[in-house]
Amino acid sequence: MFNLESWQEIFDTIRKNKLRTFLTSLSVASGIFILVILLGVSSGIANGVKEEFSSDATNRIQIRTRITTKEFKGLNPGRRLQLTNKDYENLNRKYEDQLEYKTSLYSTWGGQVNYKDKQGSYRVEGVYPDQQFIENATLSDGRFISLSDNEESRKVAILGYQMKQDLFPETDPIGKIILVNNNINFTVVGVYTDPGGTREESRMFIPIKTAQKVFNQGENINSIAYTVNMGKNFNETAQLSAQMTQSIEQDLRTRFTVAPDDRVAIRVRDTLEQAKPFFDLIDTLKAVFWFIGLGTIIAGIVGVGNIMLIVVKERTKEIGIRKALGALPSEIILMILQESIFITSLAGLIGLFLGVGLLELAAPYIENDFINNPTVDFTTSITTVIILVVAGAIAGFIPARRAANIKPIEALRDE
Amino acid sequence: MIEITDLHKSYKTGNTSLHVLKGIDFSVKEGELVSIMGSSGSGKSTLLNILGMLDEADSGSYTLDNTPIKNLNEKIAAQYRNKFLGFIFQSFNLISYKNAIDNVALPLYYQKVNRKERDEKAMYYLEKVGLADWADHLPNQLSGGQKQRVAIARALASNPKVLLADEPTGALDTKTSYEVMDLIQGINEEGRTILIVTHEPDIAQMTKRIVNLKDGRIIDDTLVDQVKAIPHV
Repeated sequence: MFNLESWQEIFDTIRKNKLRTFLTSLSVASGIFILVILLGVSSGIANGVKEEFSSDATNRIQIRTRITTKEFKGLNPGRRLQLTNKDYENLNRKYEDQLEYKTSLYSTWGGQVNYKDKQGSYRVEGVYPDQQFIENATLSDGRFISLSDNEESRKVAILGYQMKQDLFPETDPIGKIILVNNNINFTVVGVYTDPGGTREESRMFIPIKTAQKVFNQGENINSIAYTVNMGKNFNETAQLSAQMTQSIEQDLRTRFTVAPDDRVAIRVRDTLEQAKPFFDLIDTLKAVFWFIGLGTIIAGIVGVGNIMLIVVKERTKEIGIRKALGALPSEIILMILQESIFITSLAGLIGLFLGVGLLELAAPYIENDFINNPTVDFTTSITTVIILVVAGAIAGFIPARRAANIKPIEALRDE
Repeated sequence: MIEITDLHKSYKTGNTSLHVLKGIDFSVKEGELVSIMGSSGSGKSTLLNILGMLDEADSGSYTLDNTPIKNLNEKIAAQYRNKFLGFIFQSFNLISYKNAIDNVALPLYYQKVNRKERDEKAMYYLEKVGLADWADHLPNQLSGGQKQRVAIARALASNPKVLLADEPTGALDTKTSYEVMDLIQGINEEGRTILIVTHEPDIAQMTKRIVNLKDGRIIDDTLVDQVKAIPHV
């Protein structure tokens, strides 16, 4: 039925009724255009928020101790709580099954670093190899810290990209010796980049055992970082992560005898839990945008349906003539449906391309922390196209039925 | 070709029933040129509509080319119309946005004839009615007489058994009317059966048989000496 001949009939009709076709198309095209823009923006917001959280792994748990602020079990406030290798090992053992990556950290702020005549003040962090994944750092050159670096307390350093730019603007830093705090030599073995940007790239990583030695810290560490195993389900993982966070906090309170309501002394931060409201918000936004977009399309469909009804009314006589000449009711239905589907689909595709085109053009110029790369993916495009065809069919169906029911004798009656 | 016996038709409007056809017995042989006359309200248009399968009788039988026409649904009616009948209307009923040749080709489109053959046949019939040079013109670029010729070409295009013409000259001046009648007479000479509804006696005289209707009954059915249209043009 959908043969070339019937298409020629439809093109004839459309060609002879340009204004009508244009107006119909406009309502559908703008509906799809708005839907695509909304979906693009919502995906942009999703990307933006994800980006905000991607400077570090999103499933990270950060453990830090400070100074007690509350009296508890006869112990005075103001005690400094010192984490040690022992605490790290105990936690590792206890939560072994849930942990993906783990590291303990000893870091100093404002370490003086020199290379020849260049110098600067950077954060120096003693870490285990897993830190690379917990920090979401990418090696741009050389290697990261290895286990044997730690076992042998080697004086090796991995520089953040910003540091490399500061100290080695023209030369290759790998294998070069840098001077830390004017008295310790480190060999540069790698350079990393971090999505966290300049701030997170103005650091250098060294093996934690080395850090403890050169800064005379013995067994001391000042924080622990983990990532939890990501399950299949985001919410489940978030829940698990939250439970573990609480459990670790409880362990440490017992270990250091800290008041349960002392929020300052022990802090266990769960990135996933922090990210959750944002991801929930994104889902809500997406739903709202789809809702608005679909509403717009429905308005478009009603518009097309309306116009097609008028078209049928206007063409009553013509349809009567066609029936008198032997057109079957099914052929009349098909004619109206085909026209309606064709117009909605074509107009919708135009709207789709305009929307996608605008997003593609505008995306590079959007400088906003919360909107990043607003694009519409293939699946969404296909979905909208399917919506269009269905919409066209719905918009055409009632008018088509009415057209098929036109009695030639009434349509042809001379006024 | 056409056999009608005891045909009844009434229309219901509200509570009153209007009995329009009160038992029509009527037959037409192949090659006849018949005019149906009568004042308005005599039932002549209703009879033509039933003959054209645009309307259905309440009772009675109707046989067209040995095919009993009964229990029509929309689909069968459409197929029969396409196969058996060609229509000519008072107001031409051309499709305004299609040019002459496309209008003529339309019945062939519904016979699933391919475009090339359609155009060839349509052109042949346009030549036959003397409008080959006007094939690309839209109806509103044609005179009334030309429009009716296009409509006649269209009615002929599907090569129907019977042509049904409802006041074919009703909207034309006398001279043009005679030209159209000349064309119709020519087509009849080639052996085609034609029925014309008219209220103009001079047009009726140009057919071969006049059937007079009054109040839903045939009051007179006589063969006439056909007046040729050509000397009056």
